[in-house]
Amino acid sequence: MNGRRFSWSRWVSIVIKEFIQLKRDRLTFGMIVGIPVIQVLLFGFAINSDPKSLPTAVVSLDNGRYTRTIVSALKNTNYFRFVHEAASMAEADEMIERGKVQFVVTIPAGFERALVRGDRPQLLIEADATDPSATGPALAAVNLALTTALAHDLQGVTGDLAGGSSAVDVRIQRRYNPEGITAYNIVPGLLGVILTMTMVLMTGLAMTRERERGTFENLLATPALPVEVMTGKIIPYILIGLIQVTLALLAASYVFSVPIEGSLVLLYAVVLVFIAANLTLGITFSSIARNQLQAMQMTFFFFLPSILLSGFMFPFRGMPEWAQVIGSLLPLTHFLVLVRGILLKGATLPELYSSIWPILAFMGAILLLGLKFYRKTLD
Amino acid sequence: MNADLVVDVQGLNKHFGPRHVVKDFSLQVRRGEIFGFLGPNGSGKTTSIRMLCGLLTPDSGSGTCLGHDVIRETASIKREVGYMTQRFSLWEDLTIAENLDFVARMYGMRLRRKVVDDAIDALGLGSRRNQLAGSLSGGWKQRMALAACMLHQPKLLLLDEPTAGVDPKARRDFWEEIHKLAATGISVLVSTHYMDEAERCHRLAYIAYGALLTSGTVDEVVAQQALATWTVSGPDLPQLQVALEKLGGVADVTQFGNALHVTGTDADALDRATAALRASGPQRWERSTATLEDVFIHLMRDTKDNYQ
Ligand SMILES: Nc1ncnc2c1ncn2[C@@H]1O[C@H](COP(=O)(O)OP(=O)(O)OP(=O)(O)O)[C@@H](O)[C@H]1O
Ligand SMILES: [Mg+2]
Repeated sequence: MNGRRFSWSRWVSIVIKEFIQLKRDRLTFGMIVGIPVIQVLLFGFAINSDPKSLPTAVVSLDNGRYTRTIVSALKNTNYFRFVHEAASMAEADEMIERGKVQFVVTIPAGFERALVRGDRPQLLIEADATDPSATGPALAAVNLALTTALAHDLQGVTGDLAGGSSAVDVRIQRRYNPEGITAYNIVPGLLGVILTMTMVLMTGLAMTRERERGTFENLLATPALPVEVMTGKIIPYILIGLIQVTLALLAASYVFSVPIEGSLVLLYAVVLVFIAANLTLGITFSSIARNQLQAMQMTFFFFLPSILLSGFMFPFRGMPEWAQVIGSLLPLTHFLVLVRGILLKGATLPELYSSIWPILAFMGAILLLGLKFYRKTLD
Repeated sequence: MNADLVVDVQGLNKHFGPRHVVKDFSLQVRRGEIFGFLGPNGSGKTTSIRMLCGLLTPDSGSGTCLGHDVIRETASIKREVGYMTQRFSLWEDLTIAENLDFVARMYGMRLRRKVVDDAIDALGLGSRRNQLAGSLSGGWKQRMALAACMLHQPKLLLLDEPTAGVDPKARRDFWEEIHKLAATGISVLVSTHYMDEAERCHRLAYIAYGALLTSGTVDEVVAQQALATWTVSGPDLPQLQVALEKLGGVADVTQFGNALHVTGTDADALDRATAALRASGPQRWERSTATLEDVFIHLMRDTKDNYQ
């Protein structure tokens, strides 16, 4: 039965047909180019919020009682949540790099002695500032909290210090985005938002459009196989996705001077994975939907939580737990971590695995669903 | 299996939700035969044709199309059958040439360019080959779709109302072409609502509300119903029609041009019922034989719409 074998020439003709149709659809074509540029420009402005309970690691090289005072003072601000006590600064560094914690508080050796002597010892707080709206309010609260807490503890020990100025010298180190520019955070995130919207929507419409216009019947009557049709329809959109990413990156880099610290090759590789996940979802939507309107509604049903719960609109860690659980199922959430990691932190592949596999898992699950729903006949 | 039967299906059934759309459908089409498929709107013609070429899976039943199983071997059927959909289903945003080229590629045709060029020339659309298909008039779309489904030289053509909206000249050309193809051994199953087309078929089948009511040659179909018929001409036919419709023994009264066809299933009963009017009226009454149209109208009146 050679009728069941994949035919490259049929596949190529389906790809060509899609390109021709796309070329004739001027409006869609304009949107593909327009959306990334316009959105990057529009969203370049900050959206501020006040997230609490951010994961923090502490590196305590001095185990005196003041360490506990400092930790509990920070905890009492509600901004910091101590999740880990790191043995070394290297370990803490790695955690911040992987995005496991937002802050690392380092209490240097000899802290207590210096404090009691009134030497104003240094207290180092490192912040992952890729998303400045997440770290800003927390850092602003640090000084006051520490001054009040230590003043109470130090009373009677060094009376003169307790009165006015701070007993410690808090050094804040913002990493990855030292100036706290919001556009640095928003613009890379937009890459993901743009891709989610256009990829899911356009493939969602691809199949339902054929069905609505009646041309699906003709396609079904030819020997073309479902897999040829499905993948053949996807190819043009992969290319479109890459064009969009390039346009958005150019806009980000020229208009907002967003740095590109990491490897562009790695970035595009990650983008391809993300595009694939979204296209899978789009094709699945278009197998389930009866018409274009339904496909559109399904896209928005998926798009809204993606925007709201992925950490694009609001800092991920500022959201309630249930929202974080939903958010962590969405590919966009992980894609944001990946893009910010590569663009701002210069992250490399090994640090990114933990964010890549959830996207792949999502894709696998959706693919199974899509194959289950693909209709080989008109019933 | 009979090698001369290109279509041989038994007991096909199809439901859409609770609606039983095709009921125990059996059909045999011989090689080189033009088989007409008739029936009122919504009777299940399109659904039956789709089941023959693998676009719909029957709920039950079995059979073969070109020797391939209609349930398991749809891929093979698709390669050898030319199916023309009732609704225009080529791509309106591709040009005529692009459409035909795409279809030819789907069937992996050798000499694709030549085949497509020949088809376009045969259609007489050479000068318009780069025009978008969507900008063609309805009749031209129909003719192009017909050309497209014959590109890959199928052994069996399944044509779903191929001449709807086509002008008389093109319709005659089409039927001449079909007869030529049939002479070379290609079989054609064609659905239509036109009586003149039905009469040009070698055999035909009539389906109503999902059930096959009758099949055979035109003469056989007419003979099977054994309708007695009077043709009435003269003045005041509308009033006469109203009067006739009230009579028992009269099955149908239909206006054909300037005459009324009065039919009944029982010749004696019809004669008795109409005797008074025949004697008194100013109209001229003639005995005639039932036409195919009389038969179909009778069949249509007889079957109840079970969807209401
Ligand atoms: N995909 C579908 N889903 C639900 N019902 C359907 C579907 N396709 C057809 N039907 C119903 O099945 C019945 C038969 O339809 P079909 O198109 O086969 O009729 P037809 O004989 O081709 O009519 P026409 O002469 O108008 O073309 C109709 O009542 C129609 O509403
Ligand atoms: Mg029909």
